[in-house]
Amino acid sequence: MMMRRKMVLRVVSKLLIPFILLFALYVQWHGDFGPGGGFQAGVIFASAFVLYGLIFGLGTLRTALPSWLTRLVLAAGVLLYAGVGVASLMLGGNFLDYDVLAHNPLHGQHYGIILVEFGVGLTVFAGIITIFCAFAGRAAADVNPSEPEQAGDTGND
Amino acid sequence: MTFLAEHIAVLVVIVPLMAAPLCVVMRCGVASWGWATLVAVGNFFLSIVLIQHVMTNGTIVYDLGGWEGPWGIVYRVDEVGALVVLIISAIAAIVLPYAKESIEREIPKERHYLAYCMMLLCIAGLIGMAVTGDAFNLFVFLEVSSLATYVLIALGSDRRALTAALRYLILGTLGATFYVIGLGMLYMMTGSLNMTDLASLLPAVQNTGTVHVALAFIVVGFGLKLALFPLHVWLPNAYTFAPSAVTAFLAATATKVAVYALIRLIFTVFGDVDPLESYGVRPAVMVLAIAGMFAGSLIAIYQSNVKRLLAYSSVAQVGYMILGISIGNAPAMAGGIIHMFNHALMKGSLFMALGCVFYVIGSVKLEDMAGLGKRMPLTAAAIVGGGFSLIGVPLTVGFISKFYLVQGALTEGMWPVALLIMLSSLLAVIYVWRVVEVMYFRSPAIGCEERSEAPMSLLVPTYVLLGAAFWFGIDATFTGDIAMSAAQTLLGGSK
Repeated sequence: MMMRRKMVLRVVSKLLIPFILLFALYVQWHGDFGPGGGFQAGVIFASAFVLYGLIFGLGTLRTALPSWLTRLVLAAGVLLYAGVGVASLMLGGNFLDYDVLAHNPLHGQHYGIILVEFGVGLTVFAGIITIFCAFAGRAAADVNPSEPEQAGDTGND
Repeated sequence: MTFLAEHIAVLVVIVPLMAAPLCVVMRCGVASWGWATLVAVGNFFLSIVLIQHVMTNGTIVYDLGGWEGPWGIVYRVDEVGALVVLIISAIAAIVLPYAKESIEREIPKERHYLAYCMMLLCIAGLIGMAVTGDAFNLFVFLEVSSLATYVLIALGSDRRALTAALRYLILGTLGATFYVIGLGMLYMMTGSLNMTDLASLLPAVQNTGTVHVALAFIVVGFGLKLALFPLHVWLPNAYTFAPSAVTAFLAATATKVAVYALIRLIFTVFGDVDPLESYGVRPAVMVLAIAGMFAGSLIAIYQSNVKRLLAYSSVAQVGYMILGISIGNAPAMAGGIIHMFNHALMKGSLFMALGCVFYVIGSVKLEDMAGLGKRMPLTAAAIVGGGFSLIGVPLTVGFISKFYLVQGALTEGMWPVALLIMLSSLLAVIYVWRVVEVMYFRSPAIGCEERSEAPMSLLVPTYVLLGAAFWFGIDATFTGDIAMSAAQTLLGGSK
């Protein structure tokens, strides 16, 4: 769209995106030992896609991440989080009692928090993408009402 | 069965909470409706198990994640909490079967599954507020239910639903923020967020300015959420422009749960401080409650949109609940609690009947309802039945609530208050009569005299709820016993 002629922006963002994604994964999976966790990782991971959407257009972003997929991920994250709780119920503990998830409470706590944080990461990632697309789609629809993809998208999100 | 008994306090929250994202996965309106209805009915049975368990074995304490209070998050369910859970899940189990036809008429098809997802989230949030024993967790569930509510209101077919939702969003967020500010101050003074722990730590610091300000923030915050006069301005538009099924559900549950949260904070968290007495705020709360009773009813008399008329009547009815709290003896308190239950029944059935009207004639304006007694006899009869309850005619639930309230007021020797309760009922007679007069004594407009009743899937749930409103008005032993024992528990402080 608008950024077609901005060579520098396109090249630099393409170079940056893999590192942003990698950093997000680090924050996600190292969150139980260092600073970080699911929420931050989800935001960082989504920011790579937001950058992609800003430079290459919302339509391209939506081909990579269609709205059915983001909604599925939104739901999957919550289900994963609550599912860990239900798993611990089934294994004889209280809701979200990670101790019972493995034979040894220390490992149980470890698995529990990693899974729960992954659930948070998924939902936050999909949430940020959804919010961005809703707003960006609205702007595109205001500027150029004939673009059907964006206009239709805002109606759904 | 032991599994159920052991985890019942958390199951009533996580069942609807986990069912909600599954609606999004289904992406199909009819399937998510079936699923949501199944879950709501299942949850209703769980809440019956919960209340039986609480009535026989006493208060349930459940440590989330195995972390004991006051360090971990604790769910604590006593009689009041269990009764509120029962109200929410019962109303949900009746409104969801009703919702299908009504939502199909009022919401675009591609958003149906999102509406059911939001309904389930709202149920989960409201039930969470009722079972939690952690003051910060209360805020989290308040936000879960409120955010779902904003979305549900914005789904209304009228474009004004968007501004109504935005106004509620702003005021509701303000209310929730005030609550967190107050809670932050309590945390600063005590270092705890657990309700029972707070209750034991607060008396030591009760005469500090911080705690006074904290209580003020908390009361104003929840005053906004429960639409205490004069903080009710969001309510009429939100109820008027939301889809009918949503209005029925919210009017029957949302404000009641906020009242419950306020009761919980004043009588459990501040239980040993007795803020109504020791801070001398009882007259202020009482004046606001009575002002709400009269202002709500007076404004209701002049409304031309029946949905809005009932919304203002809700402001008045919230006044009765707060009045029960502010009088502060056991019968009045029981009156306030029982009115939460009774008002859910009558307002729920009235808004559902209005949903039937909207389904058939596409409007709930007073002038369009002329001759409704001939055109839709069953629906019109349901509106009259619900109206009787609002007035407080004997043999209806409204009478039971007012009986307890008047008894409480007279025990304290506050006969002017008792008189004011009677007087405000007369105002209810006026606004209910206006609707009855238009429905039965005016002939329908030319061209729409033919008889056309709403489908059975709308009428049956309406009549089930209305039937309950009469049933518990004739035999109030069940609700009366629970409310009385709940009131005594609450007035006994945190012990």
